[in-house]
Amino acid sequence: MSTLKPEVGTKDHVQGSSDASITIVEFGDYQCPHCGNAYPILKEIEETFGDQVKLVFRNFPLREAHEFAYAASLAAEAAALQDKFWEMHDAIYENQYRLEEGLFDELAEALGLDLDQFAADLSSEGVKEKVESDFESGIRSGVNGTPSFYVNGTKFDGGATDLYAMLKESTE
Amino acid sequence: MLEKGTVAPDFELNATPDQKIKLKDFLGKNVILAFYPADWSPVCSDQMALYNEMLKYFTKHNAQIFGISVDSGWCHMAFSNDRKLHFPLLADFEPKGSVSKAYGVYDDELGESKRALFVIDKEGKIAWSYLSPTAVNPGADGILDVLEELEKG
Repeated sequence: MSTLKPEVGTKDHVQGSSDASITIVEFGDYQCPHCGNAYPILKEIEETFGDQVKLVFRNFPLREAHEFAYAASLAAEAAALQDKFWEMHDAIYENQYRLEEGLFDELAEALGLDLDQFAADLSSEGVKEKVESDFESGIRSGVNGTPSFYVNGTKFDGGATDLYAMLKESTE
Repeated sequence: MLEKGTVAPDFELNATPDQKIKLKDFLGKNVILAFYPADWSPVCSDQMALYNEMLKYFTKHNAQIFGISVDSGWCHMAFSNDRKLHFPLLADFEPKGSVSKAYGVYDDELGESKRALFVIDKEGKIAWSYLSPTAVNPGADGILDVLEELEKG
C-alpha cells in the first residue's frame, strides 16, 4: 500500500480543524474533469463531517495532457502568498468549464488580490518550486491518476464518492 | 515473469513504422520497460500519460523508458501523437506478443500484454520487476525507488 511522502507539513495548504482525526490529502489537477467532479463532493465531505476532517491539496498538474493545468497551479500558489489559496482553488474549480489563460487574472481581481504582486509571484521561482515539489511528492507517494486521495497518510483506492461512503461508514 | 538478476532478453521492435529500437543499444543506461494492455485507454491520466509527465525524473536517473504493447507501429504513432507522448512506444506486433512472452508477461486469453514493469540496469540485467493487476495503474514510485537504489550502487 502506498503511503504519503512527505507527510503533511507546514508547506501544505490545510483546510479544517487542526484537531481533526481524519486528514484527507488530494493530489489534483485543476483541468482534470474528474477533479472537477470531485470538488463539490469534497465540499460535501467537509460540511457533513465538520471538525472530524481536514483537507490538504497538493498540485499534480498533468502538463502534457492539460494545457492550463500548470498555470492554474501557479495561480493558486501565487494567491496563497496573499492568503487566498483556498479562495483561488475553489474559484478555479467553479470556473473549470471556462478555463483559459486570462481566467486567472480575472479571478485574482475578483478575490481582491494585489494584481501586481500576483503577476510577480506567478513567475517566481518559489511558486514554481512549490508546484514541482508537490508533483514530485505525488510520484513518490504512488499517485497513479488524478484525483488521488490519501487518508491519514495511506493511499485511498477510490474516488471522492467512495471516500464519502467510507467516511460515512467509519464515523457511524 | 522474469525476476531480478536475470539477463534481460534482447529484442528489436518498431517504435514507429520506420524506426526500430534494439534493447542492447541501451547498455550503459538504465531502461524501464512498461508493458501495458492496449493504446487508447479511455481515461485522462492513464499510465502512459502519467509517465510522460515524469520523463525528467527518469532522465535524472539516466533512465530511458519504453512503453510496450501488441498494438502496431501505426496505432502507436496515432496514440502517441494524440497524447503528445515524448517517449517511444514499442510494437510487440509481429510475431504478436513475442517480447511480452519472453518476459513472461503475455496474457494468452486476451491476446495482450499484462500490465508489468521492468527496470533493467546498465549491464542489461533485470533489477526489478513488478506485475500489476491489469485494471490498476501502478504509478511510478516503485520505478523511482529502484533507480535510486541503482544509483547508490
